[in-house]
Amino acid sequence: MLEFVLERGNYWAIIGLMLIGLYIAFAATNLIKRLIGLGLFQTSIILFYTSLARIDNGTAPILFGKDYGKKKSHGDEYSGASDYSGDAAEHGSSGYEAAHNYAAEGLENVYSNPLPHVLMLTAIVVGVATLAVGLAIIVRIREAYGTVEADEIRAMDLEVAISEASSEAEESKAGAV
Amino acid sequence: MKGDHHVILRVVAKALIPIIAMYGFYVHFHGEYSPGGGFQAGVILAVCVILYSLIFGIAPTMRAITPGFERFIGGLGFIIYVGVGFWALAMGGNFLEYDALFREEPGGHAGQHTGIIVIEIGVLFAVAGAMVTIFYAFAGRVSEIRDEDW
Amino acid sequence: MIEFIASLVPANLAAHSPALLVAVPMLMAPLAAFMPNGRLAWLMSIFATGFSLIMAMVLVTQVRSIEGGAIISYAMGGWVPDAGIEFRIDALNSMVLLLVSSIGFLAAIFSWPTVKAEIRDAKRAMFFATYLVCFCGLTGVASTGDAFNLFVFLEISSLATYALVALGASRDRRALPAAGNYLLMGTIGASFFVVGVGFLYAATGTLNMAELAVRLQGVPDNKAVLAGFAFITVGLGIKAAMFPLHQWLPNAYAYSPSFVTMFLAATATKVAIYALVRFLFTVFGLEFAFEGSTLIWILMPMGIAAMIACSFQAVFQTDVRRTLAYSSVAQVGYMLLGISIGTAAGVSAGMFHLVNHALIKGALFMALAGVVLTYQGTSLNDLKGLGRTSPWTMSAFAIAAVSLIGVPLTAGFQSKYALVNALFEHGWWWAVAVVMFSSLLAVVYMGRMLEAIFFRAPSNPNKRRQEAPLLILVPLWILAIANLWVGIQGGFVAGLADDAAAALFIGGAS
Repeated sequence: MLEFVLERGNYWAIIGLMLIGLYIAFAATNLIKRLIGLGLFQTSIILFYTSLARIDNGTAPILFGKDYGKKKSHGDEYSGASDYSGDAAEHGSSGYEAAHNYAAEGLENVYSNPLPHVLMLTAIVVGVATLAVGLAIIVRIREAYGTVEADEIRAMDLEVAISEASSEAEESKAGAV
Repeated sequence: MKGDHHVILRVVAKALIPIIAMYGFYVHFHGEYSPGGGFQAGVILAVCVILYSLIFGIAPTMRAITPGFERFIGGLGFIIYVGVGFWALAMGGNFLEYDALFREEPGGHAGQHTGIIVIEIGVLFAVAGAMVTIFYAFAGRVSEIRDEDW
Repeated sequence: MIEFIASLVPANLAAHSPALLVAVPMLMAPLAAFMPNGRLAWLMSIFATGFSLIMAMVLVTQVRSIEGGAIISYAMGGWVPDAGIEFRIDALNSMVLLLVSSIGFLAAIFSWPTVKAEIRDAKRAMFFATYLVCFCGLTGVASTGDAFNLFVFLEISSLATYALVALGASRDRRALPAAGNYLLMGTIGASFFVVGVGFLYAATGTLNMAELAVRLQGVPDNKAVLAGFAFITVGLGIKAAMFPLHQWLPNAYAYSPSFVTMFLAATATKVAIYALVRFLFTVFGLEFAFEGSTLIWILMPMGIAAMIACSFQAVFQTDVRRTLAYSSVAQVGYMLLGISIGTAAGVSAGMFHLVNHALIKGALFMALAGVVLTYQGTSLNDLKGLGRTSPWTMSAFAIAAVSLIGVPLTAGFQSKYALVNALFEHGWWWAVAVVMFSSLLAVVYMGRMLEAIFFRAPSNPNKRRQEAPLLILVPLWILAIANLWVGIQGGFVAGLADDAAAALFIGGAS
């Protein structure tokens, strides 16, 4: 049991981070803190993907040493790489198997799977863009309301809504007369 | 800029900023053989501008590199990227198919090389432009916060 | 007509239609941002969306050219699918693409008067650029065959949407918290989706949806797949405003600029539902999604709860746009109910309703945009007496309204009829009663509006009111006539929906 838990330490950490981020995103009243929680949540996803990509004893996926110059055809390389990631990630410790497959392809060194890293590069950009848009909206909220506390904003909106409703009721009364 | 207590910062920044910019270009053009490329280089180049504005103030920075210019660079990078896609289309390949760029024989790699370099330049422009634009968008508003709010 | 327009497109353009459909708006977006004034940017957005519409027509024609529906695969960058990103168009995609691009085209035409009234001059070019980014993201979601690419396009469109919604702040500052809330919920939804895709990738080692479907057959009882399934369903459920996850929607629709409301209501949630359907049926397959798990007991009650609860909420709103927003969530419930039946007839009914609802809500919000233009607010009071001063706008509104209720000879009737038929076939007669009840509630909330429009005196006769400008009236009437046309002769759209459902069920079996 303990072994089961410890073997997957990275996943526990990721789950923990994810839940913390999610909790902050929902529970914080300060909008900036909400965005921080969101950022934490997204970062935990990046960790999740990169830990999927890990292969035991694997190095950065750039051909070096004897491998360099061996494989010229890009297409093969890619379709090859995507096949291994599956079994590599399915049970975290079976990286050796994948490594053997690599060897069968004629590569000297073991490389980790580059695809999730590339995906996360995109996800990071998306995260940055989200953060920028979110902060921009918060700046505008600050200018319009003078606060970044969600509950104060809600109270102000409620006031406006109530006054609108009452003025509307009056207006419709006037219309009826 | 009263007094001299920022003098070390200013001197160090003046020395560092060109080196950072150069490093940015190194990361960009060495991206073919090592980790690096347009994304990272774009951010590093943007950091130059941001660092400059942190130390010398936002107004001189905006005079040197105008927000309009940065926005233009960002859009231009995007257009370059998509443009390569259309270039490949015009040459009879699929969208973004580098092999088709020069209609070369199978086995030729000129298209792959040129394609990825142009694409990375587009990414460099887009990222650098976008990062500085985002920075300007926030930093440029500082004056609108009233004093009593601090 | 679609075949005729498609036949005019040169063959070398037609061969690349899946890429061009997305890439042309993508290229036009930064170009539009550089335009010195809004009018040029507006013309460019019309051009880009119109071009996409033609490409979508080409795709529909190509898919329908073969009995049973062809599958068009387009390898991005010439990389063989599975290694590279594939754009994969089948009957379902082509239907959604046709819907999104035609709504996008009409929206682009109608946008100018409202944008001129609601957006500052300096921002108009950027506004249209953002709109094009949003449009390109939505079409990208609907055409890609790669799970992660779908996420990227989803976020492209969503980010543009957040910015567009926030622009409503010039009219009402409540747009800002609404946009912030939408951003928070939307990002969490997209992140959930990515986590789910990560699990699937871990279990199968591929991101290509068609390949995923094949490989998932080999790992039936994998916990990672189950977890991924749950994450993806919840994530896309948030984007699609599935019942308990819809809290972002009413405010976002109520306070955004009227053009944005119209476009979002007709496309954004529809595309998310498409993605959900794609994952449920194509990727996971019918057996996994509906028999192996208890999803049916989640989707169906959620759909029903949405139909009842949100229709009730719609009845008690004073702001017309909020009423329609809640009604949108209720209509999503109809679609989910149709999907949750899990038969070809049910999915077809759901898809049919998806198209019809886009036509209905597009027309309703377009007419409301005309109201906003001449008269700042959209509360029920503002609508009073409008039937006399602007008969053209309001009669189109009325057509869409009765279509929403489901009166015979309108589009809403056709799809509800198909849904009820599918429910009877499956033996869920009690769900039919729920559909009827929800339609009655629609009579109540739409009836209040129609009554105010046609039978009440204006509450404040001094305020100037007039007909919406021609640029609004023409697209509005195109949508209104489309409602009637589908209602009277629903064969074309129903055929598209049937093909789409058939494509899903064939794809699921393989």
